[in-house]
Parts: sequence; structure tokens; C-alpha cells
Amino acid sequence: MISTPSTATLDVTWPDLALVAMLVLVAIGISRWQRLGLERGFVVGALRATVQLVAVGYILVYLFAATRWWLVLLALAAMLLAATTTATRRRRGEAAPGSRRTLWGISGTAMLVSSGLTLAYVTEVVLHVRPWYDPRYLIPLFGMIVGNAMNGAALAAERFASEMESRRGEVEAYLALGATPARAAAEPVRRALVAALIPSINGLMVVGLVQLPGMMTGQILAGQSPLLAVRYQIVVAFMLTGATAMTAVMVVLWYRRTFFTAAAQLAARVPV
Amino acid sequence: MILRELTLDLPRTAITALVGPSGAGKTSLIRLLNRLDDPAAGEVSFDGRPIAGYPVGRLRRRVGFVFQTPTMFPGTVEDNLRTAVELDVQEAVDDVQSSDSVLDAVGLSAEYASREAGRLSGGEQQRVSIARALMTRPEVLLLDEPTSALDPEVAERLLATIARLTRERGVAAVMVTHRLSEARQISTHTVMLEAGRLVEAGPTAQLFTAATSARARAYLASAD
Repeated sequence: MISTPSTATLDVTWPDLALVAMLVLVAIGISRWQRLGLERGFVVGALRATVQLVAVGYILVYLFAATRWWLVLLALAAMLLAATTTATRRRRGEAAPGSRRTLWGISGTAMLVSSGLTLAYVTEVVLHVRPWYDPRYLIPLFGMIVGNAMNGAALAAERFASEMESRRGEVEAYLALGATPARAAAEPVRRALVAALIPSINGLMVVGLVQLPGMMTGQILAGQSPLLAVRYQIVVAFMLTGATAMTAVMVVLWYRRTFFTAAAQLAARVPV
Repeated sequence: MILRELTLDLPRTAITALVGPSGAGKTSLIRLLNRLDDPAAGEVSFDGRPIAGYPVGRLRRRVGFVFQTPTMFPGTVEDNLRTAVELDVQEAVDDVQSSDSVLDAVGLSAEYASREAGRLSGGEQQRVSIARALMTRPEVLLLDEPTSALDPEVAERLLATIARLTRERGVAAVMVTHRLSEARQISTHTVMLEAGRLVEAGPTAQLFTAATSARARAYLASAD
């Protein structure tokens, strides 16, 4: 006999959250037992996660109720700023000619353009969201796009800088033969782009097999038809691929310019 | 600042050796000559014209550079030589050397063309990098300690090749070396630098036998 699942979403109450917190206590218990010293991390992490998510929840409630286009754009801008700062955090000892501020500007602009275009295309051409600024669509979609663009930008820039460092001799050998900077840096550019794009391909390969993506899970839990949820997920997977590729290529080609002088010389490196 | 108050004429048809203790600015000086670097102040001229006035790609094809450590591009020796040519689509194709002729010029047989460049020995790679620089028919070849990574016998043969090259092809060479014996053996002119300043410059035979400055005599006596 097949039981009919209820279409109503089960409520999660504050006492329910207290119950689920027991599972974090399990992790803390294991940490104590095995002397991992991670108890503090779990406590702080669990508190931060709760506070951050609740705060975001209230902000979203406000945005959804207010439905002002400029409030939505403001929220998107804040997300972009946070993502840009995260993407351009550099590791210690990394050496590159441009300052961190330069990379921040490059990554931020690349993410703005690629994520903005992708969001506009998906919401206007594909989904026909009305009103165009409906925060229930724009904010979650933009969050996913910018999150992926952020990883693409960070991977691309980091890999490009390290390739330029390790292939310095090769790049200069090309320059010495009269090559343009674009030709001299062709291999670092190629490698940086491949490194930034491989995760996108891997994501497409395993989506739905290993783990159901968060948005799809959410829709199914909220009582949506899995088939609609799946179609949404395909929209998401493809839009992330395009946005990541656009971001990576913009970051690398623009970042490349900072590694050379106008006279096709390798620019001096400033340690970060 | 590495080089200072340096005024120098390098002859067009000769091998000029740049000698001096390490840190003297020898490499820094030749890097200025095809604009791998630019001076903070001062001017470098080629053919009587400031080099900043040449399109930089064109200048570098007329003034080739051979690095201390050879870097092979991906692929075969032939690929390496072709790459040097294909870097400039503007340049007339008939002005380009055949790979056989440049391989011959650097003392490698034609069968090297199909060998994987990255698998060659250090001496062979250095010959390939000279051949690669010759593909664009440069008038000047800048060589940055081309023999420093080679054992003495291989170094000796490479020097003979460089000498023959300049004789037979009319290419002027400016070679950095820290071995005075090398300078004495193949150069016609010698420029001695120390701490970024010119110590003395002149015909090699004269400089080695009758240096005028005390600094030069002291260096010649201390080294070798």
C-alpha cells in the first residue's frame, strides 16, 4: 500500500531547534573524548550559524514584505561586496605585482558584470520574474551565482599568480623573442582558467547523484513537485556554469595586464 | 639602484665581454639593451636611436637574448624554432631562417629538429635557445653567462660556436661572463664593471695586458 505524503510543510519550532542542537553536542562530546580541542570551535560555530541565519531570516522577511526595488538592489550589492572581499583574500607569501586593492577592483567588477548579466538573463529571459525585482527569486538566485563566481574568481587569480611565478623564466623567454604579453602568458592563462572551471564540470557531473542540492531539497521539503524542483535545479546548474566561466575569464585576462608593463616587461612583484 | 653613471659604446661587429665580480650589474646592463628592463634614468640607444623609440617586439627580434638558464618551450626543437618565428605575424616570412641552417649554425645536426626539447642536455638546450634567438635574424645577440651551467668541455665548445657565429653571420655579441679566461679567449672588446660602475673598457688584448686603472689591474690579478 502506498501512503500519500502530506503536502503541508512540517513546522520547525524553537524547541525543535533545541532538540536538533543535541546533534552538535554529540560532536562536542566526541571532541572531548578524543581530545581534539574543537569544543570551542563547535560552540562558537553553532552560535554564529544560528545568529547569522536568524538575522538573514529577518532581513529576508523585511525585504519580501517591503518589495522595494532599491532595497533588493542594495541587498544584492551587499552580497557582492562580501563575496569580493572573500575572493581576494590572499595567502601569506603570495607575490604578485598588483596590490590587493587592484585585485579587489578586478574581481569585484568581473563578478558584478558576470553575475549581473547571468541574473538578468535567468530572471528576465528564462523565468519571467514579475515584478522584475521580486526578492523571493532575485536574492537566492544571486546568492548562488555570486557564491560560485567568487570561488571561480579566487581560484583563477590565485592559480594565475602562481603560474606566472613558477613560469617566470618561460614567460620572459617569450618576451625576449618579441612576443606580446598576451602570447607570453598564454600558458598561465590557460592553466588558470582550467583550474577555475574544472569544479563547474565536476559539479555538473555529480549533481543529484551524491547529494541533492540545497535549493532542490528545500523545494521538495516545502512540498513542491520534485519534477519542478529538478527543472529549477537545472536552471541553477547551468547558470552557475556560465557565470563562473565569465567571471574567471574576465579576472584572468584583466589580472594579466597587471603583471606586465606597457613596454612588455615583467612588472616588479610586491609581496603581499 | 644597480647601475650608476655608466656611459658606454658597444661596438657593432665584435664580441664584447662584460666582466666583473658578481653583483657588478652585468646582467642588469644587458637586460637594458633589449628592454627586458628600463633604466630609472638615462638612455640606451641602438643604431644611433633611443631604443624606447622602437616598437619593443621589433627591437627584441633585432637584439636577441640568451638567458643563463635555457628555458625550452613545449614540444620538439623544431616547435621551439617555429614558435620564435610565429610570435610575429607581421614580419616577412622570407626573412626567416630555416631551422636546418640555424641548427647548423649552433653546431646541432638536422636530426635534432625532431627531438623533444625538454629532454636535451643543458648544453644542447643552450644551443637550442641560441638557435631560437637566431630565427628572427638578430643583428645583436645578448648572452647572459651562457656557459655557467655547463661543464668545462661543453662550455668550451659552446664558446667556439658563439665565436664562429659572430664571424660567419656578422652577428655582434655581448656576453656576460664571470670567467676572465672566457673573455680573454673569445672577446674582441671587454667591459669591466664593478658595483654598478664602469671600471674600464677597451680592446680585450689591451685591457688584459695593460689595464690603465688600478681597480682593473687589481681585479685581473685577483680573479682567475
